[in-house]
Amino acid sequence: MFFLNPFINFFRVLKQVVKGGTWYYAWIGFLSFFILIGVAAYLKQLNHGLIETAMRDQVSWGFYIANFTFLVGVAAAAVYLVVPAYVYNFKPIKEVVLFGELLAATAIIMCVLFIMVDLGRPERVWHILPVIGKMHFPASLLAWDVLVLNGYLAINLFIPFYGLYKLAHGKEYNMQIIKPLIIISIPWAISIHTVTAFLYNGLPSRPFWNAAVLAPRFIASALCSGPALMLIIFQLVRKIYKLDIENKAIFKIAELIAYAMAVNLFLFMAEFFKEFYSNSIHLAPMKYLYFGLHGHYNLVPWMWASLFFNLTAFVLFLLPKTREHFFSLNLACVLVIAGVYIEKGMGLVVPGFIPGTLGEIYEYSPTMVERTITVGIWALGALIYTIFLKFMIPIYKGELRFVSRVKEQPDQT
Amino acid sequence: MKREDKKTESRFFSRRDVLKGAFYGLASLAIPIGSADASVWDAFFQKHFREMNKDEVGAVIDRLEKEYYKKFGKKFDIKTTEAIPGTLFGYGLDLSRCIGCRRCVYACVRENNQSRDPQIHWITVLRFKQGKKWVNDLEEAEKYYYPGEVPEEGYFYMPVQCQQCENPPCVKVCPTQATWKEPDGIVVVDYNWCIGCRYCMAACPYGARRFNWGEPRIAREELNTNVHYLGNRPRYKGVVEKCTFCIQRTRGNPGRYPACVEICPVGARKFGNLLDPKSEIRYIIENKRVFRLKEDLNTQPKFFYFFAT
Repeated sequence: MFFLNPFINFFRVLKQVVKGGTWYYAWIGFLSFFILIGVAAYLKQLNHGLIETAMRDQVSWGFYIANFTFLVGVAAAAVYLVVPAYVYNFKPIKEVVLFGELLAATAIIMCVLFIMVDLGRPERVWHILPVIGKMHFPASLLAWDVLVLNGYLAINLFIPFYGLYKLAHGKEYNMQIIKPLIIISIPWAISIHTVTAFLYNGLPSRPFWNAAVLAPRFIASALCSGPALMLIIFQLVRKIYKLDIENKAIFKIAELIAYAMAVNLFLFMAEFFKEFYSNSIHLAPMKYLYFGLHGHYNLVPWMWASLFFNLTAFVLFLLPKTREHFFSLNLACVLVIAGVYIEKGMGLVVPGFIPGTLGEIYEYSPTMVERTITVGIWALGALIYTIFLKFMIPIYKGELRFVSRVKEQPDQT
Repeated sequence: MKREDKKTESRFFSRRDVLKGAFYGLASLAIPIGSADASVWDAFFQKHFREMNKDEVGAVIDRLEKEYYKKFGKKFDIKTTEAIPGTLFGYGLDLSRCIGCRRCVYACVRENNQSRDPQIHWITVLRFKQGKKWVNDLEEAEKYYYPGEVPEEGYFYMPVQCQQCENPPCVKVCPTQATWKEPDGIVVVDYNWCIGCRYCMAACPYGARRFNWGEPRIAREELNTNVHYLGNRPRYKGVVEKCTFCIQRTRGNPGRYPACVEICPVGARKFGNLLDPKSEIRYIIENKRVFRLKEDLNTQPKFFYFFAT
């Protein structure tokens, strides 16, 4: 009855996902609540249109696109674990690469959702696809983004799923299949964030985005926030699942964040200097961000907070003493995530539109519907990641095994 | 009207709202299995305008006319007139004459069936204080001015609309090719193909594109039923629209001037064929002091500002 095996295996995984302790159910319930109100808010938006958001012709992209941009960075950062793990064969990190890849896949799913909720006509999204739609490739950077993001999602789902599938059957995965994928996943990770940066960068109508430093800054900041998020996740996973993740791996990643942050702050300084010293008319968006423009100050406190967070976190990650102390390490992680979320989210998208192309200033602040949908997508992302971990960690630890097609499996009991 | 909005706002998620949302949301997305109304299917699977043959375009026009009749109770005549060979439309705007009366704005709204609620205008008139910065740095531009009378002492005006670029950044960035430049130089949008991503709005340096943030609403008696598929036919919620040089008029035979040109009380607006050496627009370009907005971006507008006096 070999043909039944996939079903049996599926039910084994399902059972693993459905069964859990009180805390597990509480966490799932907590997330489901936010997902449900997110769905309700989205239905309201679908019914009335994007008029439910605070976006208008003057500021035509907002909170959704801001979250999208931040999450592309998180997804790209998986490469930060892959490089030392596979290329340099750094053992302690190699063991946690799996969680990084799953995080990348989850982040891309969230990215796609943030784009979907931003569309005026979501049911026509297939128009963007090649063959069945009318993809504007290679002219439109959004077409490029569709390709690279989906490719990246496929790679980051395939590697962990393939590896764990083999593991679940009690076999070693075939490096011949995995290795080339890992090698291409490295430039591919860089590409998703580069293409996303170019999406903004290629618009001369928006001087704030039309700076060559944009793509490098995207990468640098992504290599701060993504790994910081992973460090927190590793500690949680280690605690909840009693998984053996070495401190050495955690501290190494923390050290790498410090270097990435140094580059990020340097690039920021370069941009800041260029704009303020040249003092041309293209300074306006930067001035709006950090000092306010014509009495409009909405983002000013956020931007200074972001800079303060990033600087503090840089120092905490750089000094071995604070880096290797879990309280200061986690504080630094939270600061980096918050700092980059502001800087690469609202702090990037909104000043592209302020002042507008005809000089108008429209201060944008997301509505309740926008915030609720955003929280809903984050909750859904957390749920997807939780479910991934719920059945993948037992496989990884050898506690969950599949019924194998081949009989000769002595250790299969 | 305002009060009603407030009411729905305060009850964030009324049950009715959610159910209604769920119903319309699913109705607009889901496949109408067993439904007798096949037009939902046809609308969903409608091909890109430029990929349809004559019969397919005809079928789409029939369906749209029926849809509009059902929705507005009025018989629409949707044209698909193609570009006239040997034409490249250009526009001239005499800044020395413009008095900032905004008649062009509202003539455009009436002619082109822009939504009245929420309000959509394709033309923006900017007011500048004499002696202040303008042209390149629009920081001092005023969009919201409400004088008792125009022209006002000490001010001058600059209307801005789609500049019909020869090198349009909006067309370049559109991920679905829902917007393109026609052979006569007009940049158009297929409202049935646009996915509403608004990338074109980010790309446009002239703030010329408008998005239907809500369901467009026009009083039945104010509808203009003489429409073009790529121009002034009624739009949908969630798609982008823009000035088309009144494609339904200018491609006619005999052709008519765009509504804004026709209405201008001081004759500040000129329109013609750039390929015709004897046209008024060519005379202006060759004999007057002409400039185009944001030349540094190399978008090559076919919209020429000039000073006749």
